[in-house]
Amino acid sequence: MEDKKEVKVKDMANEEVKYTAKDFASSQDVRWCPGCGDYSILAQMQRTSPDLGVRKEDFVWISGIGCASRFPYYMDTYGFHGIHGRATAIATGVKLNNPMLSVWVATGDGDLLSIGGNHFIHACRKNVGIKILLFNNRIYGLTKGQYSPTSEKGKKTKSTPFGSVDYPFNPLRLAVGSNASFVARSMDRDPKHLQEMMKRAAAHIGTAFIEVFQNCNIFNDGAFEIYTEKNTKADNVVALEHNKPLVFGKNNDKGIRLNGFTPEVINITNGKYSINDVWVHDEFDPDSTRAHILACFTERKGLPAPVGVLRQIVKPTYEDGVHEQINQITEAKGKGTLKSLLFTGNMWDVN
Amino acid sequence: MEKGTLGIIDVTVRFAGDSGDGMQLTGTQFTNTTALVGNDLSTLPDYPAEIRAPAGTTYGVSGFQLHFSSEDIHTPGDEPDVLVAMNPAALKVNLSDLKPNGIIIANSNAFDGKNLKLAGYESNPLENGSLQGYNVIQVPLSKLTSIALEDSGLSAKEIARSKNFFALGMMYWLYSRPIEPTREWIKKKFKNNPAIAAANDKAMMAGYYFGENTELFTTRYEVKPANLPKGKYRNIAGNEALAIGFVTASVKSGLPLFLGSYPITPASDILHELSKYKNYGVRTFQAEDEIAAVTAAVGAAFSGALALTTTSGPGVALKSETISLAVMTELPIVIVDVQRGGPSTGLPTKTEQSDLLQAIHGRNGEAPVIVVAPATPADCFDMALEASRLAIKYMVPVMYMSDGYIANGSEPWRVPDPDSLPEIPVDFRKEKDGFFPYVRDENLSRPWAIPGTPGLEHRIGGLEKSHITGNVSYDPENHEFMVRLRAQKVKNAENDIPELEVIGDQYADLLVVGWGGTYGSITEAVNRSRRKGYKVAQVHFRYLNPLPKNTRDVLKMYKKIICPELNLGQLAFYLRGMFLVDVEPFVKIQGLPFKSSEIERKIESYFIGGSNGR
Repeated sequence: MEDKKEVKVKDMANEEVKYTAKDFASSQDVRWCPGCGDYSILAQMQRTSPDLGVRKEDFVWISGIGCASRFPYYMDTYGFHGIHGRATAIATGVKLNNPMLSVWVATGDGDLLSIGGNHFIHACRKNVGIKILLFNNRIYGLTKGQYSPTSEKGKKTKSTPFGSVDYPFNPLRLAVGSNASFVARSMDRDPKHLQEMMKRAAAHIGTAFIEVFQNCNIFNDGAFEIYTEKNTKADNVVALEHNKPLVFGKNNDKGIRLNGFTPEVINITNGKYSINDVWVHDEFDPDSTRAHILACFTERKGLPAPVGVLRQIVKPTYEDGVHEQINQITEAKGKGTLKSLLFTGNMWDVN
Repeated sequence: MEKGTLGIIDVTVRFAGDSGDGMQLTGTQFTNTTALVGNDLSTLPDYPAEIRAPAGTTYGVSGFQLHFSSEDIHTPGDEPDVLVAMNPAALKVNLSDLKPNGIIIANSNAFDGKNLKLAGYESNPLENGSLQGYNVIQVPLSKLTSIALEDSGLSAKEIARSKNFFALGMMYWLYSRPIEPTREWIKKKFKNNPAIAAANDKAMMAGYYFGENTELFTTRYEVKPANLPKGKYRNIAGNEALAIGFVTASVKSGLPLFLGSYPITPASDILHELSKYKNYGVRTFQAEDEIAAVTAAVGAAFSGALALTTTSGPGVALKSETISLAVMTELPIVIVDVQRGGPSTGLPTKTEQSDLLQAIHGRNGEAPVIVVAPATPADCFDMALEASRLAIKYMVPVMYMSDGYIANGSEPWRVPDPDSLPEIPVDFRKEKDGFFPYVRDENLSRPWAIPGTPGLEHRIGGLEKSHITGNVSYDPENHEFMVRLRAQKVKNAENDIPELEVIGDQYADLLVVGWGGTYGSITEAVNRSRRKGYKVAQVHFRYLNPLPKNTRDVLKMYKKIICPELNLGQLAFYLRGMFLVDVEPFVKIQGLPFKSSEIERKIESYFIGGSNGR
């Protein structure tokens, strides 16, 4: 592994390869429904990829099953369209075997949080260095419209004609709860922001999770309308930026104040409160309590949905831990030979 | 008193006691010492699924059987000659297996009211005459151990734990084994606890001298070294042989070994073993579940590892969708199934061969894989190399069917010269010209183009692929073509595996066929029958899919074929289906291996009364 690292750095220095978005578009026709939010996510990824400092052949896109999981076919990189729910587990194998690769997972709310929930939380727990892009449309699209683990309670769908009776997962809360080292949210309808989040995730060392609010215009149209449409967005979305106060609203007149552990919206222009009372976002807070509170904004009435990076912490990755142990023990014991492998323990001669 | 030494050819000893009594340790030490003496040997550990079942109960009894000989042997022995019973429950569970006139060495201190009751005895069998016909030797093991260790400063509980070493020392004396190797081992094993090390050593020495001085033993026995082929030997258990086999395959292929695994009995020892070989670059991934274990292995295979997953039957069931994915994406992985009693959780610690049809057929769609099965503990090494070679050459999953019996059993292994082992060629695709992910070589294998290779970026996945281009295809004719192609690719491996070898009389009246871990029992039974003059031949399958090329020809040569297997007749069913031959199953489904005598009787029943006799 070490040898390879050195060679690669040299190559990067010698040959300055400049890619364009086109280089990342495969020859396959894109087959999502016209108007699907997935198109935007694909376009932002193709636009962003040339700028990530990764050679094209070192990208690997991995997916499970669902509309989102068709994503790898459309990226002209190495790709693996896996089976339902297992994308993060496949990605873990790829990354662990070759940590030099930039490994990305494209997945949906059913794929990642229902059938693949176990692999997701364990990838986060282990801090496997993979990037997980959750296309959250709060519905099963490919199977034509059943409710998903992120659908709101009471949702009427083909499988819940009288309304669902169970409670949804909040993906950000789950990611923070699983101790993911990078947790962010963006929206299909905000290309610039999405690109920014993709770049941030690419630069992160460890598990990077981005929830993307993605509109399914066939089975769940308008699910995120209040967050994406011009006249409602400003009052319903707060953009998180490191070291900046949580201010939002059409006239930037609203802020979020932490009253103990309770977040509340305050007016910062009416004299009672000022900008100084507003919660200042710290992405790098090693304590996850505030990130957890942020993640729960969407579960409270009256609070805006945060977009941006909720949390980014630095800690050693799983694959580095494994390879460092391999290197240390190899150094201590010497590289294993077949002779020492086979001819060991209590042996005897038969003459 | 000067005691005589009696030379004998062959002994089977069984150590039995509570699962906390250290019987596996005692048996393993006796085995290792016996190996150093140069006997041929074969072992059978038999332990309960409960880690520490309530002491004294029959379901908490743990046993370790060892057969050693100055001649070539194939099994751990049908019936013990000697039973070392540490308590009444151990006697109760094991007595029926003991040979008539067999020796019982019983820890008489343990035969008290409480233990007798726990074992379900109404009166003490050591005293009530029920053991007539056996040679019963009562040794107050617990008491002798506590006397030996009274100055050790250890608690009564700690002292009691050393009694297995007393028993071991006594058995070393009785069978004229050297005691030094275990003394050395104790030193190393308990180096962080010198008090315990000293106690175990002292208890063992006390046991040895007790044997020498007591009048309970009038004779000691000696088993001369066996006449094994020349070479360097070590004693090896199946799971250990398997683990170092895959490490060897990693070295011989130049690929890093990747193991994805989730703990499961009786396969966990492979994970433990492979976790040690970091300085061979082995990556062990203890996954969150069985599915992640195999799926990560598939990911590792995609990125160029020698990918392995190890499990038992219930785990294979969970992995089957991912094995299908590897069939469709044509990636080389090896799935080890250390079979145990099923269905469901079944008998976790007991052996069975009931996953054969699951291995060959147990996936959705037409999903052919290569299936191999080691025949003995040492063969687990060779088949690891074979499984790796075939997976890589044919870009296909290989099912590797071990079982609890050979996984935990051990035998002497003639260690091969590393240079004599064949290289495993790996040909990562580098060349851009003419590259398509599903282009084929002469074996119908597709290229292995791993991420990081410039210019070969491509996508694979579980959807049906178009021939050559590998693009997603729903074309009806392409689907049938690809289904047939994947089947043919696996079939092509028949050109690459050894033909069936008929052992015994080629023109025999009866053919005995078997597969996997029953090899020893069948071989022993066939050999004995042949020595009696019966015309019997034997073939043993180590390759189950594809079958060796000459299988049909061999089967058609015999008018009568029987197939002993530890299931309801899965190989028989398979061979009948494949070749329209009348294979009669001879089955046992008790979580235990065949005794050779059971198969021998079945063979003889065919001849007795018929015109096919000697």
